[in-house]
Amino acid sequence: MSLDTVAQAVADPDTAQPFKELGLKPDEYARIKEILGRRPTSSELAMYSVMWSEHCSYKSSKVHLKQFGEKAPKSDALLVGIGENAGVVDVGQGYAVTFKIESHNHPSFVEPYQGAATGVGGIVRDILTMGARPIAVMDPLRFGPADAPDTRRVLPGIIAGVGGYGNCLGLPNIGGEVVFDETYIGNPLVNALCVGVMRHSDIKLAKAAGAGNLVVLYGAKTGGDGIGGVSVLASETFGDGGSTKRPSVQVGDPFVEKVLIECSLEIFAEDLVVGIQDLGGAGLSCATSELASGGSGGMKVQLDKVPLRDPSLSPEEILMSESQERMCAIVEPSKIARFLEICKKWDVTVTVIGEVTDGKHLEITWNGELIVDVPPRTVAHDGPVYNRPLAQPEYIDRVNAQTISVPMPHSSTEIKAALLKLVSAPNMADKSWVTAQYDKYVQGNTIQAQPDDSGMVRIDEKTHLGVAIATDANANWSYLNPYQGAKLALAEAARNIATAGARPLAVTNCLNFGSPEDPGVMWQFAESVRGLADGCLEMGLPVTGGNVSFYNQTGDVAILPTPVIGVLGVIDDVRTRTPMSFNKAGLELYLLGTTRSDLAGSEWAFLHGQRGGNSPTADLQNEMNLIEVLLAGRSEKIFTAAHDLSQGGLAMSITEMVLRHMVGATISLKDVAIDLLSETPGRVIVAIEPSQVSALSDLCAKYKTSLSKLGTTGGDSLVINETTISLQELKTAHTSTFPKMFG
Amino acid sequence: MRVGVVTFPGTLDDRDAARAVRAGGSEAIELWHGDADLKNVDAVILPGGFSYGDYLRCGAISRFAPVMTSIIEQANKGMPLLGICNGFQVLCESHLLPGALTRNSDLHFLCKDQVILIENTNTPWTSSFSKGQEILIPLKNGEGSFQCDDATLALLEGEGRIIARYVGENPNGSRNLIAGITNTRGNVVGLMPHPEHAIDTLTGPSADGLGFFTSILNAMVK
Repeated sequence: MSLDTVAQAVADPDTAQPFKELGLKPDEYARIKEILGRRPTSSELAMYSVMWSEHCSYKSSKVHLKQFGEKAPKSDALLVGIGENAGVVDVGQGYAVTFKIESHNHPSFVEPYQGAATGVGGIVRDILTMGARPIAVMDPLRFGPADAPDTRRVLPGIIAGVGGYGNCLGLPNIGGEVVFDETYIGNPLVNALCVGVMRHSDIKLAKAAGAGNLVVLYGAKTGGDGIGGVSVLASETFGDGGSTKRPSVQVGDPFVEKVLIECSLEIFAEDLVVGIQDLGGAGLSCATSELASGGSGGMKVQLDKVPLRDPSLSPEEILMSESQERMCAIVEPSKIARFLEICKKWDVTVTVIGEVTDGKHLEITWNGELIVDVPPRTVAHDGPVYNRPLAQPEYIDRVNAQTISVPMPHSSTEIKAALLKLVSAPNMADKSWVTAQYDKYVQGNTIQAQPDDSGMVRIDEKTHLGVAIATDANANWSYLNPYQGAKLALAEAARNIATAGARPLAVTNCLNFGSPEDPGVMWQFAESVRGLADGCLEMGLPVTGGNVSFYNQTGDVAILPTPVIGVLGVIDDVRTRTPMSFNKAGLELYLLGTTRSDLAGSEWAFLHGQRGGNSPTADLQNEMNLIEVLLAGRSEKIFTAAHDLSQGGLAMSITEMVLRHMVGATISLKDVAIDLLSETPGRVIVAIEPSQVSALSDLCAKYKTSLSKLGTTGGDSLVINETTISLQELKTAHTSTFPKMFG
Repeated sequence: MRVGVVTFPGTLDDRDAARAVRAGGSEAIELWHGDADLKNVDAVILPGGFSYGDYLRCGAISRFAPVMTSIIEQANKGMPLLGICNGFQVLCESHLLPGALTRNSDLHFLCKDQVILIENTNTPWTSSFSKGQEILIPLKNGEGSFQCDDATLALLEGEGRIIARYVGENPNGSRNLIAGITNTRGNVVGLMPHPEHAIDTLTGPSADGLGFFTSILNAMVK
């Protein structure tokens, strides 16, 4: 194998290079040559190819995502915005909270356990990199139909992977989603969210400042995992050495990551780093180029110093390796001794691999020979930007014109049958089989977790300050109307925070779509981003960061547009939160919000194979009023319980409430079928002591929120008008689906 | 009273155990796996987690840590020692307790609120409970199925060394529904469920777990 040096690249400018195999377009390759004024070396080509990939460069989404900045609402809460590893939000009392959600969809399809596990590992390192202690994870998941053979292959592995990694890190899993739809066959969605907490003064950024400061690589040794397309380069450029097939899915070691977290937090606590970056997608290529361009640009790295698990790796492969559990820090020379000492205490491998220079280039050498000499910004930030063609797909008008035709239950027998069908459907059924595989107790600060509306963790044991997080997507609505769908998901996530009494503060998102090369998919994406940006502006919630996952499609069938929206909120005293259910009889049940006939995109329509109609239109002013009612109801101690209505409508929400503590309810409905099954947004069920009726009614009048009485709590059945269903029967229907299908 | 809480690489519930020790009225002292100095503690807790990633076998590597040499020596002299979850596994690997913890019978990690029956209140960790008391505390592990040979089981049963049993359906395949056992002397206790995660109803399913931590204070004050 000969080494392709910068000198070599200058000497033979016409050497053919496998840029196409690495996913670069001819014009992108030409642009690299233009930037460098020569052909790239094979190492440089490798770096550009991964950093300019869709995943790292956001080249198809950038032109749309900039709306999150342009339409950003004024917010005092945002300490670090989009662009860093994760956004940081001020939650008061000197605390800052960072949170972000990312996808690991494709690897999880190829290798469910490792794909999901390293998805958790990656997002946790992003949070750690900001200087925060990770305090909880959540995982919105989507699969093909529950009874599809491939779902049986991927689901158990993905659940075990999320649990296996998160449990071993000691991070409570406080929520998520499990949703089934045929479009996710072959394209399971594994989105992972992590939240971390720190003091304001502890925020760390990815920048390599100060000439003479050291570039330090610590954590796991570098291996050949996760190299993907780069082995093409290694084999094609260097031909006859016999190329090896390396796994392109990374393999995680949560024990190493747990130790890396504790080691890093000790290093941060002693203020030993100037800048820090984790190694995730694109590995060292990403970390070195982002750190260098975050500073003044100059950095020298001796690549041969990188500790290897596999000594046969070529420099290109080392630059591209996505081996997990690695971090790169910039450390002042005076602090390196202490840095090394802490790594030794934790048995963490640590190596000084280079230094910051006062130049403008990132220079990487291999045994003394220069193999990379680039302006780092051109690698990290100046990737191609595409304004891809977009067009409203033909299906939109067709499905919007359809009228929903589903059986509507009226008799007692029909109502009971409908309820049992709904609560046992895979999308609606109890998810304990999944969540029991996740540790929700570790760290001892979990206040709420699945099946609550939101996850909530305490961040200060003395003041009882806490944060709540919810993630939501309604892909059925996004399919019918992506603009409204994104707004509605935002509203739902915010509502899920507010039912407990936490005030929504900031937004993260994971935008899962099909191929951006399909103008119809690109339109869905653009509409979703526009909807989310408009919604965030109207609700005053800044987007702090997020992730785009394209190419989730099999052949020409794309997944449903699935923008997963995460909302973070703050609660001043977790002890006073409003729980999602009641555990006593004699309370009064009220519905906040108005029910209309919204069956399009509903679970009831889905269960009858209906995918048409028009999605509801988001009324965000109404949602904000409802949120104010929920917050005031908590602080004025009016509510005994509050629970959001979403997929499955009132039928689902009341079922979840009565089953939580096995205390029944009697409710009377005017238009039973619609009242039970419609999914009109902006609704919440509250339970109150009879003495609070007038206080509730005053509150709703103040915030212009409609209020209607549903009934009372008590008994061992759910009674809806003349229909009585025993809680035991309801519970059996709701809880047996998952064990039966996957147990 | 000073209760040591050990941190191995990969220990997760150390801060939770320390919090529970304080809630029970004692002082929590951090002990580091690599340091044989027990800092004059009166009792020690080996908390839950995945020490050394649970590689090889759960607890198999931790038993060789310098701190364990001192702990084993003191435990053999009667110092109260509680191993919770991974700590229980370390105690079995250290031969301070008999038997072994194997993978849950359904092969899944299981996190649930579990009712256990306290059967032995003569240990320094269980004296605050009454015999036959049912308590609710979290169970969370992947390898919690207690196994031993018939002779050992007969011995444990005969000597009243089973301190707690699962109530209801067997959650993990443990022999005789065993959730926790003690040694002949009664100072070393291994427990699979997590009392440190049930010290208040805000963060746990109950405050029942606090009894283990008030017990140790009472035992040492006596």
